[in-house]
Amino acid sequence: MPNDRATTRRTFLSGLAAAAIASLWPMRASAQAASAPGPGTRAIPSSGEALPLVGLGTWITFNVGDDAVARDACGDVMQAFFAAGGRMIDSSPMYGSSQAVVGHGLAKTGSTARVFAADKVWVAPGARGPAQIEASRRLWNVPRFDLLQVHNLLAWQEHLPTLLAMKAAGRLRYVGITTSEGRRHREIEQIMAAQPIDFVQVSYNVLDRDVEQRILPLARERGIAVIANRPFRQGDLIRQLQRHRLPAWAAEIDCDSWAQVALKFIVSHPAVTCAIPATTRVDHVRQNMGAARGRMPEAAMRQRIAAHVAAL
Amino acid sequence: MSEWWTYRPSDFLLFSARTYYRLFEIHNAALWPAQAAAIGLSAVLLWLAVRGGRGAARGALAIVAAGWLCSAGPYFWARYATINWTAVWFAAAFALEGALLLGLASSRACPALPARAPGSRLGARRAVGAALLIAGIAYPVAAPLLGRPWTQAEMFGLTPDPTAIGTLGLLLLLEAGRERRLPGWLRAAWLGALWTIPVVWCLITGMTLWTLHAPEAIIAPAAAALALLATRLRHPPTA
Repeated sequence: MPNDRATTRRTFLSGLAAAAIASLWPMRASAQAASAPGPGTRAIPSSGEALPLVGLGTWITFNVGDDAVARDACGDVMQAFFAAGGRMIDSSPMYGSSQAVVGHGLAKTGSTARVFAADKVWVAPGARGPAQIEASRRLWNVPRFDLLQVHNLLAWQEHLPTLLAMKAAGRLRYVGITTSEGRRHREIEQIMAAQPIDFVQVSYNVLDRDVEQRILPLARERGIAVIANRPFRQGDLIRQLQRHRLPAWAAEIDCDSWAQVALKFIVSHPAVTCAIPATTRVDHVRQNMGAARGRMPEAAMRQRIAAHVAAL
Repeated sequence: MSEWWTYRPSDFLLFSARTYYRLFEIHNAALWPAQAAAIGLSAVLLWLAVRGGRGAARGALAIVAAGWLCSAGPYFWARYATINWTAVWFAAAFALEGALLLGLASSRACPALPARAPGSRLGARRAVGAALLIAGIAYPVAAPLLGRPWTQAEMFGLTPDPTAIGTLGLLLLLEAGRERRLPGWLRAAWLGALWTIPVVWCLITGMTLWTLHAPEAIIAPAAAALALLATRLRHPPTA
């Protein structure tokens, strides 16, 4: 990590600069990100609840089985995440032991009240959904989930009524659907248009931008929050970018790493509610949370980032 | 699975390389000092392969069967399943292979290991078989050779990859013989399953390691390919 004093000074100065031009920015959430002491937030459209722009994914990284050392390391990552103002942690029954490791971390850090617990239902037939959800809740050891999503649309016709009934009964706050890597987008659009869902989770990053065409505009139109998964293409994108020097213009959006540039590109899209990078390292989670602070790229800078990365 | 053609092997990866190798470290610590027994039985297995005969074949098959059962239970069922929910299926397949090997070892149709007279030709098929058997037993050295600690070594008889590779070697060494007395369908099913499970596992583990960017990813698939090619070769006449 860079020098903390330098980072603080830069954050303060950038905050002043951002405040001066806040009225020119198209995204209110971005302005909040620059002036607030915590991470920038964006409102969940269906409720107005503010959610930090950067969450924490658990795919692969938190699936460490019974390894006590690795479990504690994941707990350290969660501690740093919460200390930096993070809230949303996303997991799934598909991710092996990740749910149990999240539960271990929540207990270790005493963060059950703070976490925005986002999990998924991933089972067929749909009749097995309630049992799986209850098993997941016990692994997390939370009183209830904030968000449950139908993972990869598996048996969504059966699961959505269950989730909506849970929400109506007050046993769940938000309902969503997920996909990844551009799969089944037409079906995603149909569900977004016809079903009263609160969240949609899709893959979105500086190279995978298909969702900009239809899904992100539809999400704004329908008032659906968007979670961006695979922000780093499972790390491949960052490994590729790190072969190149960070451009000088990254400082204009208060980024000191490629990871922050990649994340700011995602969360600066006005339809995106948050991105969920996954990591096993405390320094990386701090770096990722840094992407929710400081100046955000406006349209011209977003184009510049996309063109620069595409040309590398 | 809709749009199945869009999926890549990495889409099915559930864990990191670090977690995968730590699994062997934890497994070795939990089983200690079973490694000493595994090394001792590996030495006995090599001696039986050199000695030859039907009794030696029965003993060798039983030792290898124990390795498959140890991989099925303590490794797949109790360890690997903590990070991969498909491990229960692998446990079942490994238990089946162990049972098939034990069945072959105890049956009247058990083939013999060739008793080679001094100066006689080893033959290409047996040479490949011997090489794979030794490769399976020597597999633990792959860990330090590839820069990992000994504590993460994968032991023959205790973990799946070396056990599968060594088994393919043993199957190549066995002579065709009494199993011909079995009905054709039974012989085909039995021998087919005996070969299919280790070959398929070699492909699965190769794919897993490839998605983890592990340098040893080529070893098990190459061993399986070599074994399948060697099955096309005939045993030289025994002395």
